[in-house]
Amino acid sequence: MSSRPSIPSDNQGNDAVLTVPASLDHLRLVTNFVAQIASRAGFAPEQVHRIELAVDEACANIILHAYAGQAGGKITTRVHVQPGHRLVITFIDTGKTFDPDEVPQHDPHVDLDNLKVGGLGIFLMRQAMDDVRYEFNVAGSRPDEPATFNRLTLVKHL
Amino acid sequence: MEMLEIEVQSLKKVDIVKLKGRIDSANVAEFEGAINALQQQGRHCLVLDMAELNYMSSAGLRVMVSALKAARNKSGNVVVAAPTTNMVDTLKLVGFHTLFPHYDDVLKAVDSF
Repeated sequence: MSSRPSIPSDNQGNDAVLTVPASLDHLRLVTNFVAQIASRAGFAPEQVHRIELAVDEACANIILHAYAGQAGGKITTRVHVQPGHRLVITFIDTGKTFDPDEVPQHDPHVDLDNLKVGGLGIFLMRQAMDDVRYEFNVAGSRPDEPATFNRLTLVKHL
Repeated sequence: MEMLEIEVQSLKKVDIVKLKGRIDSANVAEFEGAINALQQQGRHCLVLDMAELNYMSSAGLRVMVSALKAARNKSGNVVVAAPTTNMVDTLKLVGFHTLFPHYDDVLKAVDSF
C-alpha cells in the first residue's frame, strides 16, 4: 500500500465520489451532490449555501479555465465527512495548471471605478470556506487516479 | 431542477427586472441578455427584484457590475430590491452591499429614482 501525500482524508472508503464530464450542464449536479451531503452532515442552511457557492466557483473555474477549449475533460469530486468536525471536498482535474497568486485579487472595499471583476470567483470561494488549497501536477498513486492531476481542496468546519 | 425566470416590467422611467430561481455560469447568458437588451434600448434605471432569487454565483455578480458601470455612465443606476437571505449573504461576501443601493421592497426601490 502506498501512502497518499497531503490529502486531509483518512478514511477514503467512506467518501462519496462523483465524476462528471467537465461541462456547465453538469455544474448543478455537482453542487447538489455536495449540498445534500453537507446538509446531512449537520451544516445549517446558510452554511450549505456558502458550500454550494464555493463548489460552484471551483467547478466553473475548472470547466471554463482548466479545460478551456479542450473536449473530453472530467471532474472528480470527492466529499469526506469527519462527523462533528468538518467537511473536506476535493476536486481532481487533468486540465491546464495556473498560478492562483497571478489571479487578480478582488478587493471588497474598492469603489466602482476601480473595480475589476477578475478573481471574483476565487475570492468568493475563499470567503465561503475555511481553507482552500491548490495543488498542481500531483502524481497519481492509485489505479483509479490519472498519472498526474490537479487537486483543489476545500475545507469547511462544522 | 431549479431554473431561472426573468420578467421585465417597464414603468415610465424605471424597469423592474424580476429574477426567480438561480443564476450560475450555466444560465448567466439569460440574465446578461436581458440586462444588455434593456441597456441597449437606453434603459438605465434598473431595479433588480430579488425576492424570489435564491442563488447567484460570481457569473451573475459580474453581470451586475457591468450593468452598474454602464448605468452610471448614463446617469442611471442599478438597485437591488427585497434580496433573499442567501442573496444578502452573497452580496456581503464580495462587498457589493455597499456598491449597490438596496431596498426592502420594490416600491421603495422604484421611488429611489
